[in-house]
Amino acid sequence: MKIVHPLIKYVRPGFLSTTNCAGCGNGIIAQSILRAVDELEMDIDDFVFVSGIGCAAWIPSPFFNADVLHTTHGRPIAFATGVKLSNPKLRVMVVSGDGDLVAIGGNHFIHAARRNIDLTVICANNGIYGMTGGQVGPTTPSGLKTATTPYGNLERPFDLPNLAKAAGAVYVARWTTYHARQLTKSIKRAVQKKGFSFIEVISQCPVQFGRRTGAGNAVTMMQNYKKNSVSIKKVDKLKENELKGKIIVGEFIDREEPELCEEIAKMRERIG
Amino acid sequence: MSNKVLTGLHFMQGDIACAEGAIAAGCRFFAGYPITPATEIAERMAKRLPEVGGTYAQMEDELGSMAAIIGASWTGTRAMTATSGPGISLMLENIGYAIATETPCVVVNVQRGAPSTGSATLSFQGDILQARRGSHGEYETIALAPSSSQEMFDLTIKAFNLAEKFRTPVFLLADAFIGHMREEVLIPDKSKINIVKRKLPPCKMSLNEYKSSLDENVAPMPIFGHGFKSHVTGSTHNSYGKRDVTNYEALDYEVKLLSKKISKHKREIISVDSEIKDSNVVLISYGTTYRAVREARKMLKRDNINVGSFRLITLWPFPEEEIEDLAKKVKKIIVLENNLGQIVTYIKAAVKGEAEVIFLPPQVLGTLHKPDYIVDKVKEVI
Repeated sequence: MKIVHPLIKYVRPGFLSTTNCAGCGNGIIAQSILRAVDELEMDIDDFVFVSGIGCAAWIPSPFFNADVLHTTHGRPIAFATGVKLSNPKLRVMVVSGDGDLVAIGGNHFIHAARRNIDLTVICANNGIYGMTGGQVGPTTPSGLKTATTPYGNLERPFDLPNLAKAAGAVYVARWTTYHARQLTKSIKRAVQKKGFSFIEVISQCPVQFGRRTGAGNAVTMMQNYKKNSVSIKKVDKLKENELKGKIIVGEFIDREEPELCEEIAKMRERIG
Repeated sequence: MSNKVLTGLHFMQGDIACAEGAIAAGCRFFAGYPITPATEIAERMAKRLPEVGGTYAQMEDELGSMAAIIGASWTGTRAMTATSGPGISLMLENIGYAIATETPCVVVNVQRGAPSTGSATLSFQGDILQARRGSHGEYETIALAPSSSQEMFDLTIKAFNLAEKFRTPVFLLADAFIGHMREEVLIPDKSKINIVKRKLPPCKMSLNEYKSSLDENVAPMPIFGHGFKSHVTGSTHNSYGKRDVTNYEALDYEVKLLSKKISKHKREIISVDSEIKDSNVVLISYGTTYRAVREARKMLKRDNINVGSFRLITLWPFPEEEIEDLAKKVKKIIVLENNLGQIVTYIKAAVKGEAEVIFLPPQVLGTLHKPDYIVDKVKEVI
């Protein structure tokens, strides 16, 4: 009997070789996305997957057998905004990395959240620039030595879920690659949610982050995600020093706000 | 719902005529960011697009504006942005992406003065070469230069048609004079407006058909939401659309085909306005400078001096053969540009020494050439 992966039907035929390094978290994120689409019994042809530049941008591009827009560095959310506004029937999902979405693309990120346009944005956060060889990013923990912080990172990292929440996102969650099932559940919620949804996935880059910062191999990194994660539901009961070095995971917000495409449709009707 | 095409005779600002040209051409998506002297286009589109079922998006910056119109174009919507030089500088990243991914769209540059912030309200023709070579890599582009409010309307429609036909961004290179000037604009009946639509694939494409996705005769565009399972990327790729960034063959294939797509169809794209008759001297101009040429020729005619006019409506692809032919018919060519000499270098190369080429900027950069200044120059060289 030929054994096939249950999600292979969503992979572009003839595009099976991966560019991910062994142990990369991208595969787990890719599977969570496709499993969410599968479990929701949605037609993948109704989706447009938009990504930027960097390793995480290669999660959908070219592998997802759907409409895929692999864009310039930092701009996928702006491209996705044009896709969604001009055809609101399409389900538009942005999949990219932390450098792409919140360093070079940070402005598009906060403004899309402010607009509350119906996009699902998934950020694979490996805390470093992996593709270019392990340079410091806006999500690199303070003090870490990277290729461009040989004396330690003097800056503070972004807290992405709280940034998204403050900017106006209506659904925000954070998981790690250890939490594949919770991640899938969150993606399902985000896809169904009307408005700007954001999910951060703390993901291991054993080659650049692991090697350069001493965080270890993929297994060690994922074991540490498990050990260091704290549910957002328990955060209130913990003291500040107990939260040091912890990864707060869970749903940060799930609220209802008017969605931009729907408001535009109403405006058109009003001015008739 | 308001009229999609405002048929009739209007007294209209150039920027407004451009917006109305876009609406008449079927543009239904505009993304932009306010900037003098192009803001009126955005304002008009913000009012008009919702009336005709379209969408106006005011983005956070010009990087996002260009990105958004490309995204919109991939859903099959005709899309446009309008800005000035500083905005174009920001858009060039994604203009390169639109060229590489063969995305039809129209980019209006209402040029203003000087590098950097420069002079926001002053006119200039400083961005001619930027349109040709502004983004990195190697490519061909299409750019049109309107010289009246009427042409802001007409050439915007032409820009959309060229963009759709050749699957490429098309520049409309106006300037602050044309953008802000008000004059007569005749908007024809809707039925008289020629609209070219992009070619779409007949049905779901197989892998073999993907193989022909880059074609010097322009491939059909597998737009989103129709099950084409398009893979759109600004990275070099193999003939099946798979990213291949380490292979010189893939680089060679993409660059040559993208450029050939435009250069092969030059005859169809290029449009010039030539009145040379038996003149030995011809004035080459484009955009606003043509208006000064027109006045100067009238004045010269009163003195029984016959000089020709050769106006470039298409700046890019450069009308090389047309200039080459012209050079064989005349002795002297005076090139008028409102800059320190951008298109003149291309003209000199095309003339190949067949005629003398004289460059004539205005006395004060940014201002229109004074017709009597042109007259004096002509009298000096004949």
